[in-house]
Amino acid sequence: MTTTHAEEGGVRAFVQRLPLPRDTGSLTVVIGLAIVWVVFQALNENFLSARNLSNLVLQIAVLGTLAIGMVIVLVLGEIDLSVGAIAGVSAATMALTVTRSGWTPAAGIAVALLVGASIGLIHGAIITAFGIPSFIVTLAGLLVWQGVQLALVGDGGEIPIRDPFIRAIASTYVPSPAGWAIAAVALVAVVLARAAGRRRRRRLDLTVAALRSELVRLALSSVIVVGVVALLNSYFGIPWVLLFLVTLMTLCTLVMHQTRFGRHLYAIGGNREAARRSGIRVRSATVAVFVIVSVIASAAGVIEASRQFSASNALGGGTLQLNAIAAAVIGGTSLFGGRGRIYHALLGALVVGSVQNGLDLLGQPAAIKNVATGVILILAVIVDAVGRRRRLARGAAD
Amino acid sequence: MPALTTSLVREDGSVAGRPVLEMHGVSKRYGRVAALTDVDFSVAAGEVVALVGDNGAGKSTLVKAIAGTHRIDAGQILVDGTEVTIGSPTDASALGIETVYQDLALCDNLDVVANLYLGRELRRGRSTLMDHETMERRAADVIGELAAHLPVLTSPVSALSGGQRQAIAVSRAALWGSRVVLLDEPTAALGVAQTAMVYRLVRGLRDRGLAVVVISHNMADVFAVADRIVVLRLGRNAGQFDPASAHPDEVVAAITGSTGLSAGEDIS
Repeated sequence: MTTTHAEEGGVRAFVQRLPLPRDTGSLTVVIGLAIVWVVFQALNENFLSARNLSNLVLQIAVLGTLAIGMVIVLVLGEIDLSVGAIAGVSAATMALTVTRSGWTPAAGIAVALLVGASIGLIHGAIITAFGIPSFIVTLAGLLVWQGVQLALVGDGGEIPIRDPFIRAIASTYVPSPAGWAIAAVALVAVVLARAAGRRRRRRLDLTVAALRSELVRLALSSVIVVGVVALLNSYFGIPWVLLFLVTLMTLCTLVMHQTRFGRHLYAIGGNREAARRSGIRVRSATVAVFVIVSVIASAAGVIEASRQFSASNALGGGTLQLNAIAAAVIGGTSLFGGRGRIYHALLGALVVGSVQNGLDLLGQPAAIKNVATGVILILAVIVDAVGRRRRLARGAAD
Repeated sequence: MPALTTSLVREDGSVAGRPVLEMHGVSKRYGRVAALTDVDFSVAAGEVVALVGDNGAGKSTLVKAIAGTHRIDAGQILVDGTEVTIGSPTDASALGIETVYQDLALCDNLDVVANLYLGRELRRGRSTLMDHETMERRAADVIGELAAHLPVLTSPVSALSGGQRQAIAVSRAALWGSRVVLLDEPTAALGVAQTAMVYRLVRGLRDRGLAVVVISHNMADVFAVADRIVVLRLGRNAGQFDPASAHPDEVVAAITGSTGLSAGEDIS
């Protein structure tokens, strides 16, 4: 026992010096993603080409967006099975108002988001007012909103979108110089924020991380950002949807880690009773989360409609809903509540998207894609469950 | 907002005998069951009072009345000599009364600092952003003052031992409770070394001028930390003891209700 501990300690100390995500879960995912990429590149030399990676980004935009909402719900210790249907209803609403009623695209998108917010409000209100598990409420929601979507779309099976603005959302790229400018601004903002944080810690006489490790981490992020931008610029540029996805991620990360609201979500997911006793308003937080996740789902619906140039009755159906949960969990977010990071959504969506994209390149049928995604999901859940059991055992042993 | 750690240090440094919390003639019924009948209780600044009694003696009811989870039916509660009504845990907090429950009520997934500030996170000025640094600074200060010996404050609570978890719960009470801290069976699940640490924490609270109430079954606990022992039996006062002069058998006799010194002969 002692020897393994010592060995583990040595390895862990080494790993901790590396500028990697701090939880071992995401490290596993990053390694897994690297393996997936290497394998597919070996099987098909086009996999890591600029063109295919640019396609991959477009393919995971919707999935990643849905997964961000899912991470937030899972952190609270709840689940939402209806995000796909919400995306479908929202897309149909937007298409109806813009194509049939001739509203401006902005008004159409606003109505779609409003529909999402209202659906989330209904879900949250039912869950908190009657104390029904979110699993059941959103399962019922899935059926109801899919029905509403069918009714809205009507007999034609789809409502075409001809508005150039909405069509452009998923098929426009940021011009090369603007892409570099955005990347530079983002990196400068990160540097300034980190520097301000160090200054505040030093003023209060708190331990400050070594400047060297900070610089190494910064250099690594810069390399990744510059690499991604260079790669995408060598094709058509940064897709607008990637910019949207990254902005949404940043915003949600800020809310989850820098605001009291976000802290309370983690507290509720960790120990609902303790949160309640310390004065946190569990019910209103729950309602707020279901509104947020539904609005995010609506935004995903708008993007998907833009990608398909129409709002069909199949939009948001199929495996999309389940892949969104899978992506959040594969990325490292716990199904048991209280543990999860927003970037897990992107990591998980990259894994799911890469596997499906890679199998597409190899000409594999949908059957294989589903099996592969399922196997990866079960592996991710096993990692989560084992980690949870180890934590519990450690808590009891000490 | 309740006073923070800096205001806990008393300027004169004295550990005075002024009663902070007084209860006179308190009664509480649950339906037809009288849980408390005409109970008197008090605790002074800088004093540790042990509240002991058998199961069903009314200890928990008395604590819940102070903590604000149950209202009393009759009697007075005074804080600093002023009569008060404690109708909710929020009222109790506003009066500077904090309770450490037996299950500690910690969020395992959050770090030590987050648990100390659970539900009362500080914000940076008027912005909506949390002030992580000030919270960490004050948490480190209060834990240092109590000599609670916790490892890294930014590691999740799930990695800590039972005694360390108790220390966090006590530190939280010390951070927010400006007058009275109630501890419910603080050593129930702890080993010898961890129990000693909790004793040290309790004395630390007392030396900071707080009024401390410890509910316990354990005679060793009671004699180790209390300045005064209050016994409840069947919902009534059943005697007070000075641990310096009383013998444990006398306290046990008061708890069980046997009048003789020999606790074995229960004549009730």
